[in-house]
Amino acid sequence: MDIVTILTIFVLAIFVGFEVITKVPPILHTPLMSGSNAISGITIVGALIAAGTGQGAMTRYLGFAALVFATINVVGGFLVTHRMLSKFRKREDTNG
Amino acid sequence: MVELGYLLAAILFIVGLKGLTHPRSAVRGNLIGSMGMLVAVVTVLLAQEILNPGLIVAGVALGSAIGAVLALTIKMTAMPQLVGLYNGFGGIASVLVAGAVLYQVLGIGAAAAVGTTTADLQMLVATSASGLIGAVTFFGSLVAFGKLQGIVTEKPVRYRGEQIVKVLVTLVSLALAVMVVRTPDQIEYYWALAGVASLLGILLVIPIGGADMPIVVALLNSYSGLAAAATGFVLTNTVLIIAGSLVGASGIILTNIMCKAMNRSLANVLFGGVGAVQESAGGDDIYEGRVKSTSAEEVAMILKSARSVVIVPGYGMAVARAQTPVRILTEALEADDVTVNFGIHPVAGRMPGHMNVLLAEENISYDKLREMDQINPEFANTDVAIVLGANDVVNPVARESSGSPISGMPILDVDKARTVVVIKRSLSPGFAGIPNPLFAADNTLMLFGDGKKVMDDLVSAYRDA
Repeated sequence: MDIVTILTIFVLAIFVGFEVITKVPPILHTPLMSGSNAISGITIVGALIAAGTGQGAMTRYLGFAALVFATINVVGGFLVTHRMLSKFRKREDTNG
Repeated sequence: MVELGYLLAAILFIVGLKGLTHPRSAVRGNLIGSMGMLVAVVTVLLAQEILNPGLIVAGVALGSAIGAVLALTIKMTAMPQLVGLYNGFGGIASVLVAGAVLYQVLGIGAAAAVGTTTADLQMLVATSASGLIGAVTFFGSLVAFGKLQGIVTEKPVRYRGEQIVKVLVTLVSLALAVMVVRTPDQIEYYWALAGVASLLGILLVIPIGGADMPIVVALLNSYSGLAAAATGFVLTNTVLIIAGSLVGASGIILTNIMCKAMNRSLANVLFGGVGAVQESAGGDDIYEGRVKSTSAEEVAMILKSARSVVIVPGYGMAVARAQTPVRILTEALEADDVTVNFGIHPVAGRMPGHMNVLLAEENISYDKLREMDQINPEFANTDVAIVLGANDVVNPVARESSGSPISGMPILDVDKARTVVVIKRSLSPGFAGIPNPLFAADNTLMLFGDGKKVMDDLVSAYRDA
């Protein structure tokens, strides 16, 4: 892929992000942060490539460390967001 | 095929974030987002020829265990720290991946490449960016975590020549970034860059005071996304770029909302906080002889004859852990047909949305948690406004155009309510360091004491009344 294509994807994704996230109400700002944080754990893909295909020792070690951090980010982020969101209830849903 | 897998993941991320626009769909949205992550991970595992499966299993197992334990055992009151910490993990992962790829591309010679990555200009510039942003994010987040956890002082740490030091460190890290691009085979430059950027992360966050934390946490959230996007440019990987930019945009929006809610520019928060303003005089002349102190019994009597009550929580409620008696009082009032709502300022607490999470955990219905713009017109028809551990966000001085540090900041107009009850330890000023004329207003009653104890007393007094 050439650099222009990649930049196009980058810029368009930012615009999509702005459009979607502007509509998130303040009441959900914390879950938005922790949820989007889990998504920024997408670096896990890069870590998998480095740890999984690395040929040199340094690449493997660094990839492994990155994999651990990114996985904490992903698993912890989605779980804690789920925990928080499941608390947001309207009175009717909770059986009074 | 690979690209289609990544496309599916990206769609799931966007649909998932869209779910977060309403509490009803938010749980599903988060699940959809995690499905997206699963799709991305499976795609990359199928696409790459995995040479070290043991390493991957070990890494994922270890990370999942730590992540799950953290997420499931953390108290809701410690949520700001945890979110701060997670921001940092994303950042450090980006630093390490970019470093790993740099070793791979350069270290083993021409035959070796990670995927299709070669050391061209795009890859090198992106590597520098990954290292720089990632390290700033990681160490900035660690300091933010330390401040929220109480390990590092919450006060702004300021010193002579602070701005010059920050500018110099920034210039050094930019210079090192250029060196990484020019002489990539000198891998020491990359680690030097990461080291100096780490220092920069610390220097940027340490001068920022507690009440400005929501802005910092939101900004670091944005950085963690941008670091992931930069790593995407290193690997020419679309899903990293898309997911990273989504998070980057999200963090920027939150940062912007927080800045607006404080009527301050981002530059002002980062380079010269309110905390630096000289502490103005204790406000004795404002308070002298006008502050009316009250008792839980008296407030209970007033509440008995009230029809509408608005509770305005602040960081003080979180510190005192007073949210449980707040819920009990709310239920008691509602049992007597009193309308109870909550007025929540966007920057109340230590992270965006902090108060909402605490109150939601207490099972308070989310339609009662009202934003500033919704609740402000209703104060005129409110019988009692209870301010619990909030100060600057209800200070009427903000409405005046004078040179006060908070002038122009949007506030909750509690002073328009018929009676205002302020629950607070003392008359001490809030983060802005200025006195609050609300405490001396004719319709204000001060109920001094620890937030939790006062609320407990209030609950029992209300039941007895």
